[in-house]
Amino acid sequence: MILSHKYEDYRQQIREFALSEIAPHARRLDQQQVFPYEHIPKLNELGLLGMVVPREYGGTFTDTLTYAIAVEEISRVCGSTGIILAAHNSLCTYPIYVFGTKEQREKYLPPICGGGELGSFGLTEPGAGSDAAGTKTTAIKKGDKWIINGTKCFITNASVGTTFITTAVTDKSKGAKGITAFILKRNLPGFNIGKKENKMGLRGSDTAFLHFDNVEIPDSDRLGPEGGGFKEFMITLDGGRISIGALGLGLAQGALDCALEYARASEEGGQPVADRQDIQFKLADISMQIEAARNFVYEAALAKDSGMKFTRLSAMAKLYASEAGHYASYWAMQILGDEGYTERYPVERIYRDVKLCEIGEGTSEIQRLVISRELLKGTS
Amino acid sequence: MDFQLSEDNLMYRDAAREFAQKRLFPQASEFDEAAEIPKELYDELGKLGYFGMLIPEKYGGMGLDNLSYICAMEEFARGCAALMISLSVHNSLVGEALILHGTDGQKDKYLPRLATGEITGAYCLSEPGSGSDAGSLKATADFDKDSFILNGTKSFVTNAGLAGLFLVFALTDRSAGRKGVSCILVEQGAKGMIIGAKEKKMGLKGSDTREVSFDNCRIPSANLLGEKDHGLRIAFSLLSNGRIGVGSQAVGIAQAAYEEALKYSKIREQFGQAICNFQAIAFKLAEMAMRIDAARLLVHRAAWLKDQNLPHSIEASMAKLFASETANWVCNEAVQIHGGYGYMKEYAVERYFRDARVTEIYEGTSEVQKMVISRAILK
Repeated sequence: MILSHKYEDYRQQIREFALSEIAPHARRLDQQQVFPYEHIPKLNELGLLGMVVPREYGGTFTDTLTYAIAVEEISRVCGSTGIILAAHNSLCTYPIYVFGTKEQREKYLPPICGGGELGSFGLTEPGAGSDAAGTKTTAIKKGDKWIINGTKCFITNASVGTTFITTAVTDKSKGAKGITAFILKRNLPGFNIGKKENKMGLRGSDTAFLHFDNVEIPDSDRLGPEGGGFKEFMITLDGGRISIGALGLGLAQGALDCALEYARASEEGGQPVADRQDIQFKLADISMQIEAARNFVYEAALAKDSGMKFTRLSAMAKLYASEAGHYASYWAMQILGDEGYTERYPVERIYRDVKLCEIGEGTSEIQRLVISRELLKGTS
Repeated sequence: MDFQLSEDNLMYRDAAREFAQKRLFPQASEFDEAAEIPKELYDELGKLGYFGMLIPEKYGGMGLDNLSYICAMEEFARGCAALMISLSVHNSLVGEALILHGTDGQKDKYLPRLATGEITGAYCLSEPGSGSDAGSLKATADFDKDSFILNGTKSFVTNAGLAGLFLVFALTDRSAGRKGVSCILVEQGAKGMIIGAKEKKMGLKGSDTREVSFDNCRIPSANLLGEKDHGLRIAFSLLSNGRIGVGSQAVGIAQAAYEEALKYSKIREQFGQAICNFQAIAFKLAEMAMRIDAARLLVHRAAWLKDQNLPHSIEASMAKLFASETANWVCNEAVQIHGGYGYMKEYAVERYFRDARVTEIYEGTSEVQKMVISRAILK
């Protein structure tokens, strides 16, 4: 896919920012497992924290392709910063904008779109992962208030976010149609954040449990209609998958960048590594996978903005790009050999980071389920 | 054709399994997080004889056949792959080099201490920039009076921080290239030997990997192992040992990941039932079992051929290549079956995924194995 100058200029702008401001910290964030608080004001300044929300609410929305390019270029140098962006924009600001009332948008969006604060989305539970409709968290109505109880796990931006969306069962008898979404602010009584998870990769990003112990919220903070929660998060995830695809794509490109540089610069047995045909063919295959993934992700982004149904396309883009990321970092490590297994080069970090793309926002197995279901239904 | 393991094979396998499941597996995650394996564990393994598995009984070793040894090593890897590689380098590279190439005096001096684990062995062949090409070494050992003077740097030396005996390959004839390499025995504490900082690796974090460099390190000429200038023969004689060993390590890691995935798939319920009831998961498990079985057979065959003194270098390369690819495939699917939990360090599959990766890289990358195999079949 050949992009217009507008997009390529934007990519160049983000690339330069990523190289000067984000890349120098990527290894440290991973090794020390620290959240990059210092990045947040800079990301905000560049308009990257309100990318799917229009200007009237503080956002910088132009189109989904622009957003995908931003996530791609940031992830190319630092996966942890990439997932922070993806989760914040796609999973928190987006549903508030799309499903929120005018009052909710005006109240909740400006602080997290341009205000420099971060948002978070609490869907997964210890017993409800792939089966997100199996939510056990409950919200019981008491007058014009809701009392929420339950636990959410693996929540990105949990300890650093100020604004949360979560889902809870409001009518058990209705199954998936008895789930409702809510907006919560961080410091509500009874709302506690668990300790940070110790993960394989994306170690700079924050992942933790959310605990709701009789958390009381007004009905005015209900997001969308009662019972509409399942449908809302399915729509949210359709969009979110494009950003996870962009995360996988950027990480893949980062792996190729490193492998190329190594193959050009290193010698083995007096011969440049790049002279070996098996290295050349691997570089060719990695590059081909990345190009295909890029086309997939961008096409899904265009499809989303065109207004067509894009569930199948975004699931495929996410699945393809995350597998391409795995493929690219796997073979990049092979090209680097022993060196690639050490923390001296970013490849081993990318290999760990990109594994999340095959798991988060629906595992690869769930994407295949979504794709085949859409196909068999004949809907897209 | 007999596919049954012998009583001896089974006995050594089961003993290693029991130890590994009781003493290694429960702590493997701590070793990984701390990037260290406590010395007491090495002492315990030494007392049980596991540092002398291949050393003849007359030197205080167990004198195992290769197949029994490999069966035991798979079990150690299944319990803790980082500890296994430490044992593997010690037994099948350092111990074996002395058994095959040592003088009687060298054997008497070192084998009994290696067998009990009193001293641990390290193998210094790779150098920065010569990873896959043992023939382009730059380290030198100039002869001066009755000593060698070692200079140069060795990389990715397993056991470097705890070893008592280092096998160092260096050029004794700079102009002869591959035909000018000698193998020299260097004891811990030799003046001019510098042990570098521990490598930070993606996996096998418990194993101690470091750079070792030499700055005018003077070693008595009696410490020459084998013939002067023919050191690469020693390295070549140990290639299959290392490869079959890593093959068994890969099978052990894969077996551990498969078992975790199998167990998890039966207890994890989604959509109202155990996830093993879903065809997508059940088929993954079937394929894991099949690939592991095939990998183990290849590894066992290579070890068996070695025991029969039959040619086995291609078979060793095939076993290593296939088993390491299998391990990575299996560990990846095991993480997938665990979903989000598989990405968390509380679950062992997260470690297996990182540990497995190196089996395709060290002891000859997959590409080197393909070179060995393709050269042989094209000849």
